Amino acid sequence: MMLWTYIKVFLCGGMLCLMGEWIILKTKLTPARILVAYITAGVILSAVGLYGPFVSFAQAGATVPLTGFGHILAQGAIAAVQEKGWIGAFTGGLTAAAGGITAAVFFGFLTAVLFKPKAKQ
Amino acid sequence: MKKQDQQNSAKELLRKQYARMVEKVTPSSKLLEGCLRSFWVGGLICTLGQAFSDLGYRYLSLNSTEASTFGSMVLVFITALLTGIGIFDRIGKYAGAGTVVPITGFANAMVSPAMEYRPEGWVLGTGAKLFTIAGPVLVYGITASVAVGLIYCLIGG
Amino acid sequence: MLKTVKHIGEQTVLLESMPGIIASAAVVGPKEGKGPLGINFDEVVDDPLCGQESFEMAEHMIFRRACEKCIANAGMEKGQVQALLGGDLLNQIMAASLSARELGIPFFGLYGACSTMTESLLLGAMLCDGGYFDPVLCAAGSHFCTAERQYRFPLEYGCQRTPSAQWTVTGAGAHMLARGRGKVRIPMGTVGRVIDLGVTDANNMGAAMAPAAADTILHHLLDTGRTLADYDQFVTGDLGAVGSRLLYDLLGKNGVELSGKKHTDCGLMIFDKDQDVHAGGSGCGCAASVLRGYILPNLEMGHWKRVAFMATGALLSTTSSQQGETIPGVAHLVVLEREA
Repeated sequence: MMLWTYIKVFLCGGMLCLMGEWIILKTKLTPARILVAYITAGVILSAVGLYGPFVSFAQAGATVPLTGFGHILAQGAIAAVQEKGWIGAFTGGLTAAAGGITAAVFFGFLTAVLFKPKAKQ
Repeated sequence: MKKQDQQNSAKELLRKQYARMVEKVTPSSKLLEGCLRSFWVGGLICTLGQAFSDLGYRYLSLNSTEASTFGSMVLVFITALLTGIGIFDRIGKYAGAGTVVPITGFANAMVSPAMEYRPEGWVLGTGAKLFTIAGPVLVYGITASVAVGLIYCLIGG
Repeated sequence: MLKTVKHIGEQTVLLESMPGIIASAAVVGPKEGKGPLGINFDEVVDDPLCGQESFEMAEHMIFRRACEKCIANAGMEKGQVQALLGGDLLNQIMAASLSARELGIPFFGLYGACSTMTESLLLGAMLCDGGYFDPVLCAAGSHFCTAERQYRFPLEYGCQRTPSAQWTVTGAGAHMLARGRGKVRIPMGTVGRVIDLGVTDANNMGAAMAPAAADTILHHLLDTGRTLADYDQFVTGDLGAVGSRLLYDLLGKNGVELSGKKHTDCGLMIFDKDQDVHAGGSGCGCAASVLRGYILPNLEMGHWKRVAFMATGALLSTTSSQQGETIPGVAHLVVLEREA
């Protein structure tokens, strides 16, 4: 059972990355644009109700890629709207995604304090 | 006026011809190899995320949403560390989208400019440049989520 | 058009007093030091930071040291050099300006992207020939780490380079020109026009610059009435593998058959194939250091008698490319001749 979950995670996560690579190589989009495209696609797919079932199927295979980040933002906004009304549209998204963003800011800053960039060989 | 149009179209033609010449001699990236590499590295990163979130669920008494966030946070931490010691760029060079698409790509996009711009000072260097690549991601992600929330409010709420 | 004896055709200048290169020096980074020309350089720094706080300051150190070594190689003092012409790839040519601040030599700052070396040689030779300044120091430099950050991504950012991408050379070259002296002389040169055939891919600089190189060669031959046979070698700055192929194709279309036998590219000389630099080296420092490490030795030892040396530059800025502009290219040509 557990092994089957991990296989699903590997395959689905891998496929999302493969698609990204294909788009980069075929369209010459920069990685930054891919990130933006993925997160926006995640928000939209989640809003129309497609990403939720994908998350219950693929778990981390769907939440770790950036589309999953978009899904968290969208679900957070929707849940907060249900709870608090229109103000939730402004508070819900970032509240739900706070963990990942805060971790990235905090560890990013910490790393900059501790390390210096190295020249490539 | 007409003469200028002719000149312009001649210039366009020259540019098109040259674009074809360039396309012919420019080597393209290996599509299959690139896709395979990003597939297995990306898949592995997601599997690691699943493992961390399972650990969080089982041993740290987190609920399933928290556990999933925990998994992502551990990946962010590992990315920051690997970026700091100068290994992440090599993995990224091998895997391409395999490291860009997962949350590791987001983390690397924040950590690497934060380190790079340290000589320009803590505030305008590290502090500001932290968001150079990752900022747009947040802008579009947040904007889209607000739009979704408002639409939901109007039609469903 | 101004008609004088010093100007032939549309773009070519004649330098009657034959200014010559009386001394040279090149300082390069560790990767360049491991390349095939490594032993020919005056100094290989083993730390890309050169003990400085930032890579920008390191680039400036390398630039300054190349200038100082060149002055020493010429057996001169700083005060004897009448003018310094130089540039680099940093915004507002910081490395060259800071070096000029410390050297205290009257300074002309130049920006020609990777074409800066021949731009400075050509202008320097004209200043010498005109009798305005003599001797003149011409220099150019670049640094991989500063160019990456300015034009591409932070060093620790994990992304792939396309096969047509080039590797910016860490290094600087300085060359002292004096009127009527030196083993290698500059009898003429051709100023390039800015040519743009619509390339937008910043990872394919060779393709953006090849049309400018072809244009300059064709005008040079037209202005002088010479043919390829008059030269032992055509040396371009940093067209790389892709740009060199395109140069042959573009010249071929105009009935000039150049091939690998008579053409060398500095970007293909400075690194070994297994150094993972994709289409080759680039940057102002590439042509500047290869001139010291390969072209001048070949001329001095008599392997070549007359060479057309042409550094090529892609005149893009990050702003222009973000605003969707295409990449303009330029190439300046100087003729290098061994004094019989």
